[in-house]
Amino acid sequence: MRLHRLAAIATKEVLQIVRDVRSVAIVVAMPIAMMLAFGYGISLDVKHLPVYVFDREGSQQSQDLLKQFRASEYFDVKKAVDNYPALIRALDNGACKLAIVVPHDFSLRLNAGGPVSIQALIDATDSNTANIALAYSQAVIQTYSQRLQVDWVQRHGQRKIRPPISVEARTWFNESLESMVNIVPGVVVIVMAVIGVFLTALTIAREWERGTMEQLISTPVTELELMLGKLAPYFVIGMLDTCLCVGFGILWFGVPFRGSWSIFFLASALFLIVVLSLGYFFSVVAKSQLAASQISLLATFLPAFLLSGFLFPIDQMPVAVQAVTYIMPARYYMDLIRNVFLKGSPITLLVKELLALAFLSCLLVVVATRIFKKKLT
Amino acid sequence: MLGRLRHMLIKEFIQVLRDKRTRFVLIVPPILQMLIFGYAATLEIKHVPTAIVDYDNTQVSRDLISRFAASNYFEVRHIPADRRQIPLLIDRGDVILTIQINDGFARLLGKGETAPIQVIVDASNSNSALIGLGYVNQVAAKFAQEFQTARLQRSGATPLSSIPRIVLDQRPWYNVDISDRWFFIPGVIGNLIMVIVMNLTAFSVVREREIGTLEQIMVTPIRRVEFILGKTVPFFLVGLFDAILVSVFGTLWFGVPLRGSIGVLALGTILFLMCVLAIGLFISTVSRTQQQAMVTAFFFIMPAILFSGFGSPISSMPESMQWLTYLNPLRYFQEVLRSVYLKGGGLAALWQEMAAMGLLSIIMLAISVLRFQKSLD
Repeated sequence: MRLHRLAAIATKEVLQIVRDVRSVAIVVAMPIAMMLAFGYGISLDVKHLPVYVFDREGSQQSQDLLKQFRASEYFDVKKAVDNYPALIRALDNGACKLAIVVPHDFSLRLNAGGPVSIQALIDATDSNTANIALAYSQAVIQTYSQRLQVDWVQRHGQRKIRPPISVEARTWFNESLESMVNIVPGVVVIVMAVIGVFLTALTIAREWERGTMEQLISTPVTELELMLGKLAPYFVIGMLDTCLCVGFGILWFGVPFRGSWSIFFLASALFLIVVLSLGYFFSVVAKSQLAASQISLLATFLPAFLLSGFLFPIDQMPVAVQAVTYIMPARYYMDLIRNVFLKGSPITLLVKELLALAFLSCLLVVVATRIFKKKLT
Repeated sequence: MLGRLRHMLIKEFIQVLRDKRTRFVLIVPPILQMLIFGYAATLEIKHVPTAIVDYDNTQVSRDLISRFAASNYFEVRHIPADRRQIPLLIDRGDVILTIQINDGFARLLGKGETAPIQVIVDASNSNSALIGLGYVNQVAAKFAQEFQTARLQRSGATPLSSIPRIVLDQRPWYNVDISDRWFFIPGVIGNLIMVIVMNLTAFSVVREREIGTLEQIMVTPIRRVEFILGKTVPFFLVGLFDAILVSVFGTLWFGVPLRGSIGVLALGTILFLMCVLAIGLFISTVSRTQQQAMVTAFFFIMPAILFSGFGSPISSMPESMQWLTYLNPLRYFQEVLRSVYLKGGGLAALWQEMAAMGLLSIIMLAISVLRFQKSLD
C-alpha cells in the first residue's frame, strides 16, 4: 500500500464532491433536516387527544366527572354530543379518537352505592395511542372515584381513611418522561447510518456506470488503496456530520449529554467505518446506482430504524428477530449513543458494544476489498 | 401516436424488468419490510425486566410481591438484598424498573396509614418507562382496593355494596386486541408504494440524461406527452403490482382484516400513486445526476413518512407541523388505508381524503409536467 496513491484517490474524490455543489449542501442540510423531522415527527407522548363526550344524564355529578377530562392536558374535549350515532360517526371518520359515555342513571346509581361503569370507546387502530389513552382515562377515573369514596366515608361518620398504598415513582435519566429525550439521541444513529451509505453507495456504482472504473483499474492502484482513498474523505465528512447532529441535539432539543466525549467519538468512528464499508460493498456488488441505492437503504436505514431498539424495544421482539439484531451494527451504536447521552455509564459497562462494533468494522473492510478483487477478475 | 407510445412503454418495461437486481428490488424488499414490521415493530411491553427489594419481609409485603410476579407485566429478574445494587442493575441494562418496599410497610398498612412503595424506572426509553409505571400503578391499585375493602368489611359498620365506585368500561374499537401489527401493516403499504415508485420515477429520466440516451430519444419523432406517459405509466403499474403484493401478503400472512371495500382501497391507491408519480417526475427534472435524484427523493420521502401519522399520531405533533401535514399526500393515504382495513370505511367517511389526494395530484402533475417540458428544452 502506497500512501501517495491513496492520497491521489482521496484528492480525486474530494474534487468530485466539491464540484457538485448540491451534494455539499446536502451533507450539511441532511443531518439537520433529519434531526428536525424525526425530533418533531416522532412523538410517542399522547397529548391533546381529540375526545367526544356523551353525557346521557346531564346531572351535576356527571358534568363534574367530565370536567376532570377537560382539565387534563392529555385530552382535548372537542364536542359534547347527545346521541350514539353521532359518536359512532365521529369515531368512524376520525374526528375523535376517544369517546366517553356516561350512563343515564349515573348519579342515581352512584348515590345508591356500588360500582357504576363509564364507557370509554377508543379508536384502537393506533394501538400505542389507544393503550396510553386508556391508561390516562383509567387514572382520571380512579382519582375521581377515590375522592368520592373518601367523601362518602367521611359523610358516614367513619374515621378518616387514607388510601392504603402510594406509589412513589422516580424516573431516572429522563425525569419528565418526554419521548423526545429518548428519540433525539436515537436519531443521531439513523442519520449516521443513512448519510454514511448515501455518501458511498453511489461512488463505485457511478464509476462502473460511466465506464471510468476501467480507467481506474488500469492504473497501478490496489484494491485497498482504492477503497481507503475513496472512503477517507467521506469519513471526515461523516465525523463532521456526527458532531453537527450531536451539537444540534444538545443545543436545539436540549437533550442532556452526560457521558464521555472520548467514548462517543470512538463509537462514532467505528460505526462510521461500518456503514461506509457497507455502502462501498453494495456499490461494488450492485454496479447500478439505482440498485445500489435501494439495497443500501434497505440494509442500513431499515435496521437502524426497526431493529436497533430505536423505537421498538429489542427484548420484546420474537426470539428469532432478536437473534438477527445481534448482527446489526446499529443496535450496538444505539446502545452506546443512548448511554453517553442519557446515562453516562463508565466505559467498563460498554466494552461489549464497542468490541462488537470494532469486530464488524474489521470484517466489513476485509469483505468489501475481497469482493472488489473478485469482481475484477 | 398510440404506436409510438406503445414502443416507449415497451422500452420502459424492458428497462425496469431486464435487470435482475431491479426485479429483486421490486419484490423482495417489500415483503422483507412487511415481515420486519409485522414481527419487530411492537411498542407493547410485556415482561418488564424488574428487580424487587423487600426490606419489610412480612407476609403482606410478600403477598404484594407475588402479585407483581404473577402478573404478566413483570419479569422479576433480581431480588437484591441491598438497594445499593440498584444503580448497577439499571446501568447495565439488566432491569429497567425496580420496586422497593421499605421496612414498616405492613405496620403502616395495619394502622390504616398510607404505606409508600418506591419505584425507580429507567426512563431512557420513555415509552417503556411510562407503560411500566402504568402497570405498577395498576397492580398497586388493585392490591389497595382489595385491602381497603377487606378492612371496611372487617369493621363491619358499613355494608360493602353501598360504597360508591366508578369503573372504566374499556371498549377498544376496530382493533379489539389493540394489536400493534394491525396498526402497522396497513401503514407499511403506503410507505412502500411511496418509496418504490418515487425512486423509480425519479431515477428514470435522470439516468437517461446521465448516460446520454435522452438525446437519442429527443431526436426520435416522439412527442412530449408520449414521453411523459411512457415514463409514468410503467411505474404506475409497478406501484399497483406492489400494492397488491403487499396487501395480499399482509392479509394472508398476518391476518390483518380488510373490512372495507376493495374498490375504495383501489381508488385511494390510484389517487395516491398519481401524487407520487408527479413528485417523482418533478425530482427527475430538478436533478442532474442519479445521486442527486436519490438524495432529493429521500428528502421528500423521509418527512412525508414521519409526518403522515404512520408511526405516531399527528395530534401529538407541534401545531405548525400539523398544518404542514395537510400538504402531504401520504397523510391522506394512511388515513384511507387504516380506515378501509380496520374500520371498514367507505366513501362517506373518506371523501375528504380522496378529494384532497385528487386535488394534490392534479396540482402536482401540472407543476411537474410544466417543469418537465422546460427541462427538456
